[in-house]
Amino acid sequence: MVGGGALAAGLAACGSSGPSSTPGSTTGAAAGSGTTYWFLTGQPQQGIREAQVKRFNDANPNSKIKTTEFQNDAFKAKIKTAIGAGQGPTLIWGWGGGGLKAYVEAGQVEDLTDWFNQQTDLKNSIFPSAFTAATVNGKLYAVPGETVTPIVLFYDKRSFEKIGAQPPQSWGDIMDLVPKFNEKGIAPFSLGGQSRWTNMMWLEFLFDRIGGSEVFQNIYDGKKDGWSDPSALKALDEMQKLIKANGFIKGFSSITADSNADQALLYTGKAAMMLHGAWTYGNMKSSGKDFVTGGHLGYMNFPPVDGGKGDPSDTVGNPGQYMSISSKASQADKDNAKKFIANNTLDDATVDAWVKSGNIPVVKSAKDKLSSISDKNDSEWLNFVYDTAANAKNFAQSWDQALSPTQAETLLDNIAKLFQLSISPQQFADNMNAVIGQ
Amino acid sequence: MTVTAPPVVPATGRNVSSDAGGSRVGRSGPVAWMVLPALVLFVVFGVVPLIGVVVLSFTQWDGLGPIHANGLANWRSVLSDPQTWHSVYVTFEIMILSWAVQTPMSLLLGTFLAGRQRYRAFLAVLYFIPLLLSSAAIAITYKALLDPNFGLGAGLHIGFLTQDWLGKSNLAIAVVIFIVSWQFIPFHSLIYQGGVRQIPTTMYEAASIDGAGRIRQFFSITIPQLKYTIITSSTLMVVGSLTFFDLIFVLTAGGPGDATRVLALDMYKRGFMSNQMGPASVIASIIVLLGLVLALLLRRLGGSTTASQQEGA
Repeated sequence: MVGGGALAAGLAACGSSGPSSTPGSTTGAAAGSGTTYWFLTGQPQQGIREAQVKRFNDANPNSKIKTTEFQNDAFKAKIKTAIGAGQGPTLIWGWGGGGLKAYVEAGQVEDLTDWFNQQTDLKNSIFPSAFTAATVNGKLYAVPGETVTPIVLFYDKRSFEKIGAQPPQSWGDIMDLVPKFNEKGIAPFSLGGQSRWTNMMWLEFLFDRIGGSEVFQNIYDGKKDGWSDPSALKALDEMQKLIKANGFIKGFSSITADSNADQALLYTGKAAMMLHGAWTYGNMKSSGKDFVTGGHLGYMNFPPVDGGKGDPSDTVGNPGQYMSISSKASQADKDNAKKFIANNTLDDATVDAWVKSGNIPVVKSAKDKLSSISDKNDSEWLNFVYDTAANAKNFAQSWDQALSPTQAETLLDNIAKLFQLSISPQQFADNMNAVIGQ
Repeated sequence: MTVTAPPVVPATGRNVSSDAGGSRVGRSGPVAWMVLPALVLFVVFGVVPLIGVVVLSFTQWDGLGPIHANGLANWRSVLSDPQTWHSVYVTFEIMILSWAVQTPMSLLLGTFLAGRQRYRAFLAVLYFIPLLLSSAAIAITYKALLDPNFGLGAGLHIGFLTQDWLGKSNLAIAVVIFIVSWQFIPFHSLIYQGGVRQIPTTMYEAASIDGAGRIRQFFSITIPQLKYTIITSSTLMVVGSLTFFDLIFVLTAGGPGDATRVLALDMYKRGFMSNQMGPASVIASIIVLLGLVLALLLRRLGGSTTASQQEGA
């Protein structure tokens, strides 16, 4: 679940203090001791979650939810072993996709389909794209919540002025811009290649723009030889063309996203463009001096590839975070947890808090709150993120979270090698076809 | 011999003392009881998990659901996976090269520090500092220093230092070996310092009377007398290098590509990233096996050990 690192970065990005391990209100609250909920530390998310629980507990003094808070990596290690040992919390917070599927296959989480269908208001308010990652074999095992973070193409307007060019409108434009930037000593793209999922975001877009969303859908469904689809091979080939043309900053394979060095390359003017998650906005604003406040940051959805089949409105990223209910919990605790999900996770106060913290929650009502943002840059940015998420014909979940952990790790490994140019597109496809459906 | 088995224990100072303590027990009867606390700890935290790992290597388990036996399938798939052999190769590459860098350096430094002069004691304290830092902290620091865009080279505009240190396969291996040496040479120097101080000064006096110079004395007296110290230090280096994980994990995460993916890292990735506990256990078993074989081989090199070691002392 390396993509979780993306979220970790997101957590660190928006808050002033960054992740910290605060002692929970109860320690090690296990199954059978009332309704329990484990979640991540790190502001502003932590404060919003705590406020949700507080509102619930104030309204239900006889069936309070006990919370335990974890730092990101500690959470990922703890939750899996705890659930495996039957000691997990009632409410299981997660990223959906392949991780959720593993819980479902082990029979650890409750089927919420029927119950959720009755929650018409909640159901209709959530972005439809958020449900894919919560659905396994046509059944809903988690309820989307929290925020939507698409991957977007950021650029530095100052760099484009220097070479006298316009932001790219197509993949062809990108390839044309590469030599122009290199001539001026500006790296065309920043990339934290050591983190590997950063490279993956490129392939996610190229696969979609060239072959449409069904190319990855086939892989996700475990269709044999899904990775050697002609569109997939073309996307891999285009990827290597960009690398060979020196499209990325020198030394990208030793740069990590965790250190935010990739963002620093963009806001210090060393690189002109960067494909990254919406969660990087907060850090670029706080660390980039006048980069954001001075209006130098530009952003757009990934441009189309000439002759490609994909819908240019499609996007990828994290369509939401997810809450499941443990199948091992008592009926009373399950009911209590459902009540919490229905009443407190996307209520008006929560939506308000998310927007105020610079995030777009996964509900359509977020749009109404945007007019209250006074900062011009923030307002423009949040409207852009909202529109990207809401207008996406297809919002694909990050591959490493959508696929099973086994496939995800093989994928990230092979992506690193593809970017090192140590394997060809065909070898990449062969290596990936070998683990498809595992 | 019973206590010489823990290859999984990282090469820290504690290792040496428990080794020496273990060899003295066993001869006298009632004293044997004193081994009990250590033995219980060793069995509970060493032997039992070891058996668990071997058992898991014959099963299929994702760390979450039920465990299914699947016979030799894991062993077959792991042993036929080129990734495994690549990791074995990288492990040995780092092991041999870091041994070749560390041994002469620590031997010379240790001999130098064995002198009784004040300034040498002061230098010894300085040399010792890297050993006090955690591998993770060292890795983070070096990663920042070596960053091609914001690191030392870029900051001070030193052309030679502005290389893509961790982004090119050969450079990345060299960096790992350099940092490992930087971190552990102080420890091994300390061992050699102790070893050199045990050599009777009469030998050197006799040698000078015979007209042997400093260099001749070093090769004809110091090195032969340090034979067992060299074997001990080499065992710690070689077996310890099988468990390099934290440093590489933080520094390169096995990259670029899989250039620095040693066995320990391969095990972690298979087990905790891919959720394949079976194959990960196979790798763990291989690491244990390699550690045992290497430790035994090195002991062999020294002939019958315990008795002669005390002779030397």
